Amino acid sequence: MRVLVLIVSATLTVAISGTAQAFCGFYVAKADTSLFNRASQVVLVRDGDRTVLTMANDFEGDVKDFAVVIPVPTFIERGQINVADKALINHLDAYTSPRLVEYFDPDPCVRYEYDMLGALKSSMPRASAELERRAKASGVTIEASYTVGEYDILILSANESKGLIRWLNDSGYNVPRGADKVVGSYLKQNMRFFVAKVNLEAQKKSGYSYLRPLQVAFESNKFMLPIRLGTLNAKGEQELYVYALTRTGRVETSNYRTVKLPSDTEVPEFVKAEFGDFYRSMFEKQVQAQNRRAVFLEYAWDMAWCDPCAADPLTPDELRKLGVFWTDNPERSRVSGQAQNVFVTRLHVRYDQEHFPEDLIFQETGDRQNFQGRYVVRHPFAGKASCDISSYQAQLRERQEREAQQLANLTGWDIDDIRGKIPLIADTKTDQPGSWWSRLWN
Amino acid sequence: MDAIAQFASRCKDPRYYQIAVLSLLVIFGVVALDFGILWTNAFLIVSAALAVQYFGTKLTSLPRFDPLSPLITSLSLTLLFRTDMPALAMLAAAIAIGSKFIVRINGKHVFNPANIAIVSLVLLSNHAWISSGQWGNAAIGAFALACLGFIVLTRARRSETTITFLIAYGTLMFGRAIWLGDPLAIPLHQLQNGALLIFAFFMISDPKTTPDARIGRIIYASLVASVAYVIQFVFYATSAPVLALAVCAPVVPVIDAIFRGRIYRWDLPKAFPKAISKGVYQ
Repeated sequence: MRVLVLIVSATLTVAISGTAQAFCGFYVAKADTSLFNRASQVVLVRDGDRTVLTMANDFEGDVKDFAVVIPVPTFIERGQINVADKALINHLDAYTSPRLVEYFDPDPCVRYEYDMLGALKSSMPRASAELERRAKASGVTIEASYTVGEYDILILSANESKGLIRWLNDSGYNVPRGADKVVGSYLKQNMRFFVAKVNLEAQKKSGYSYLRPLQVAFESNKFMLPIRLGTLNAKGEQELYVYALTRTGRVETSNYRTVKLPSDTEVPEFVKAEFGDFYRSMFEKQVQAQNRRAVFLEYAWDMAWCDPCAADPLTPDELRKLGVFWTDNPERSRVSGQAQNVFVTRLHVRYDQEHFPEDLIFQETGDRQNFQGRYVVRHPFAGKASCDISSYQAQLRERQEREAQQLANLTGWDIDDIRGKIPLIADTKTDQPGSWWSRLWN
Repeated sequence: MDAIAQFASRCKDPRYYQIAVLSLLVIFGVVALDFGILWTNAFLIVSAALAVQYFGTKLTSLPRFDPLSPLITSLSLTLLFRTDMPALAMLAAAIAIGSKFIVRINGKHVFNPANIAIVSLVLLSNHAWISSGQWGNAAIGAFALACLGFIVLTRARRSETTITFLIAYGTLMFGRAIWLGDPLAIPLHQLQNGALLIFAFFMISDPKTTPDARIGRIIYASLVASVAYVIQFVFYATSAPVLALAVCAPVVPVIDAIFRGRIYRWDLPKAFPKAISKGVYQ
């Protein structure tokens, strides 16, 4: 039996859908360039109060226009900031992606277990004197400024939001309207602002043509992701993928419902060619079914293995680079051998201000049950039959009808369109090879 | 006729309604919300709770075995408590019912049984948690829950605990939003939470573990709301009201010592002839 696995990665998913996205912070353009940011991917490593946040985006404008403002719960020192390799997130994305699994029906003339599937279930703005002077006048404190990789980074605090907004605007950042209330709210909650923009010289030297993910490590009892700023400059809904890496178990949101994506469903063969479309339609249908208020669980798995594997599990080295600090303990890794003691949760949320008024708050649960978004295509037997296969064909037709209906339910696609794309059903309408009379004189 | 009269008088016990409503919520949770409630856990919780109640009754020579309260506790546990270990589900039920027999002051048990079981296991084990966000916040669902809960509560005639808690907690949420300059959609979202309503209507409302005097209950409910606020916004813990109730429970005997009242008894509706003769909830 051949099993092929197709996946649809986070970036691909959104790239085709073409909806406007923004980051969980907000992008502030240096000029009035139309910034088109498609999807945010955030890796959240969390154990106890320790958090490592890795933020990636597929920003495609001119890098000189890139700037991002992210609320952070504590002061961040230089050593707490890092620039990561985008390949890490791509690997994690591939490993956790919803997958299409392909099976090929065996020769119905050879007697063995038919339903194999059942068995398988199972020096930043170089803080110039001018900047500082303006900052002071606006009640803004530049707590620190660093250059890390290709980014110039400022850690800002302020007495009040208006001063901070004025300072950002005066410094050439283009802050979206309505930001002052949200910024004010975060300031009152003692949060700082992490402002990053691209240092063009450093970027040239780095040799990367794209922006690498920023990483921040900090300690805080807040296990959350600030999404409110991201809704301000958004054109409609935004797409966010959160990959949580924890020691204990699955992560869920505590202030929004976390719903499992429908999974383990058999779908017609043609879905293989349109898996991206299928996944997007299904996701949109599920979002609607939950009144656009749910966070979706797409993957929850022990990082030590996978079945079927959309990509290999991440290596200990990759995990450490993403911020998994607890596997450093040499004793533990010696004892556990292959087991990495890392549980990965992939959450996917499509959000806007109306349906997600509050930031996402997470909690780690003790649930280590594995879950994956998995869809199954079963190809009918295509070889030459050496016996009467009418009963196989009858079963096949039933199966194809069932698959058509399941697909319609999952995606909201028109059932007749679906039926039209399934070859056997269309053919059999005329010659009905399975009927009792066809067997009489053949 | 006597049998019918006896049955009717027994139905005055508000716990029948509580059991009915909590059972409905369990079914709603499983069918409509796909909660991840494990039937094995539910079964183990109910069996363990009844068993501990039975042995507790024997050991303390109580006049009769009463299955209603352990059933309510079991249903509350099924709704709020999550674990992937069946043994922990049984332990939760044992702690809940056991605490009623062991931790007593002045003839009353100190902790709400389901509450102390949930809180102690969540704090002690990585395998126990509360899924407070899983009810979603569909306004209609919340409204339905509130109404159903209210009926239960008014049968028990000690609704001021719930009402005070909701007003105090709501005021704190709205107050915080106004202070932060946040849109009111945020506190509304925080309050439209099924787990919060279950807590308010079925947990803090327990007449056995709240102060005996009305003024005491009002003070107590306000205290729980305030502590919940601190837990939620200073310590950033989730499921703050549930934790707050466990923290505040030891204050009840102190409040009772200051404000005297009558200890509530489920089986004596006639002890409140006035309330019944008003006929509002008959």
